[in-house]
Amino acid sequence: MSGSRIAAVVLRQLYLMRGSPARVIPLFVWVAVDVVLWGFITTYLDAVTSAGFSFMPVLLGAVLLWDFLVRVMQGVTIAFFEDVWTRNFLNIFATPLSISEYLAGLVFSSIVTSSAGLVVMLVLATAFFGLSFLAYGPSLLAVLLVLFLFGTALGIFSSAVVLRLGPASEWLIWPVPALISPFVGVFYPLSVLPEWMRLVSHVLPPSYVFEGLRALVSGGTLSATLMLWGASLSVFYIVAACWCFARMYRHAVQTGLIARYSAETVS
Amino acid sequence: MRMPMLSVANLRKNYGDTVAVDGISFEVGPQEIVGLLGPNGAGKTTTINMILGVLQPTTGTIQIEGIDIGTHRSEALARANFAAVYAPLPGNLTVYQNLRIFGLLYGVDNLAVRIEALLGHFGIEKLRDVKCGLLSSGEQTRVSLAKALLNQPQLLLLDEPTASLDPAAARDIRLRIREFVTQGAGGILWTSHNMHEVEDVCDRVLFLSGGRILLEGNPRTLPVEHGRKTLEELFIAVAREPLALGTD
Repeated sequence: MSGSRIAAVVLRQLYLMRGSPARVIPLFVWVAVDVVLWGFITTYLDAVTSAGFSFMPVLLGAVLLWDFLVRVMQGVTIAFFEDVWTRNFLNIFATPLSISEYLAGLVFSSIVTSSAGLVVMLVLATAFFGLSFLAYGPSLLAVLLVLFLFGTALGIFSSAVVLRLGPASEWLIWPVPALISPFVGVFYPLSVLPEWMRLVSHVLPPSYVFEGLRALVSGGTLSATLMLWGASLSVFYIVAACWCFARMYRHAVQTGLIARYSAETVS
Repeated sequence: MRMPMLSVANLRKNYGDTVAVDGISFEVGPQEIVGLLGPNGAGKTTTINMILGVLQPTTGTIQIEGIDIGTHRSEALARANFAAVYAPLPGNLTVYQNLRIFGLLYGVDNLAVRIEALLGHFGIEKLRDVKCGLLSSGEQTRVSLAKALLNQPQLLLLDEPTASLDPAAARDIRLRIREFVTQGAGGILWTSHNMHEVEDVCDRVLFLSGGRILLEGNPRTLPVEHGRKTLEELFIAVAREPLALGTD
């Protein structure tokens, strides 16, 4: 792997953000909107429910961590879409850049953009609603790691889908986190789900994160075993997503789709 | 004898039952400009896409300076580059940003110095901070060529590089491409529909029709050898009567 080629993919994203407020503002605005909206909802719920239970870490904390996962996924897909939108596949894939370098560049781009959103989220939640993520202690790092890895897997898989189906399939990608969220128990414990949904939740790494968080704020501890299981599943999904992307790329090279991508299909 | 910059052997591309390129073989030598000519749909761009590694051949091999693109893709492509009118650089990045990014992708040493040299060579210093999407056709062509020369390629692929340029701008571009060949060791594979340009620039031409090489030779003597007055007449004959010419 060449560091300079990976850096080129990241640099492209930094250049685009530097020259375009339309790309920078969404990194912060949606996070800020979620903090404000869910901050007031949880404040209200805390006021009308019995004393002794705080919704703040359970609801606001969970929503913001889910937001982080979504930002990670979008960080990968948007960096990929930049090549789709500018019809740049022919230029970029005719260079010595390998697929593993390209994917690494997309992931590093996502680290930059999702980290920016995470910092804003931490500052706003602490400053306006007194929710300190630091109160989770070292567990927070494990939680963020699992969510980052799974968000990365979703981003790479989504990019593979768009590479295979063409630019118009972009709309299929944006609702993916919303489709997953009911199964992973962002707002409620998995025990309220019907059996078949719980079976699905067992293979989704964020389920372990949000169950663990609820145990943590209830005075328990975050299970290291569950976090390890979540991280392992996430790594498995990253490997599977990379395999899927590489396969879609090979298909595109065999059929000529890379060179005629705007046509969406060569069949 | 020096190794060819490009060596293509028995190259074939099928799309289902359709044969786009039908077992062609040719070479591009050092400091040689080879014209790849033929009517629309003859297989020129398909051939170029295979050489660029963005289209997998059904059969056959492609070597760039002796390196097989099928087995050593990155090493082979690091020695090549291209410019095509249908592959403009991203319009939302400036000239400098595009050159920097592609310079990193091609692993160019002393990149900042190289970029400045190319900006000067193509007379586009004043455009360095202009977004590529705002450039005129002629300016975009110059920027694409600057990108194509970033890594001082041993093989330069040019797909209709002067299409959409006015005659003065086209002549200027041809001169600069000529300089690349005379001052270095690289070879060029050039496609064009402008036969006057081909006669002016190319050392050798390959006429492609139906995915096959029908004719090959010096663009200045080939028309007479096949009973035509000009290269343009020969081109039209290839397009209309490929079978007759293929058996000449």
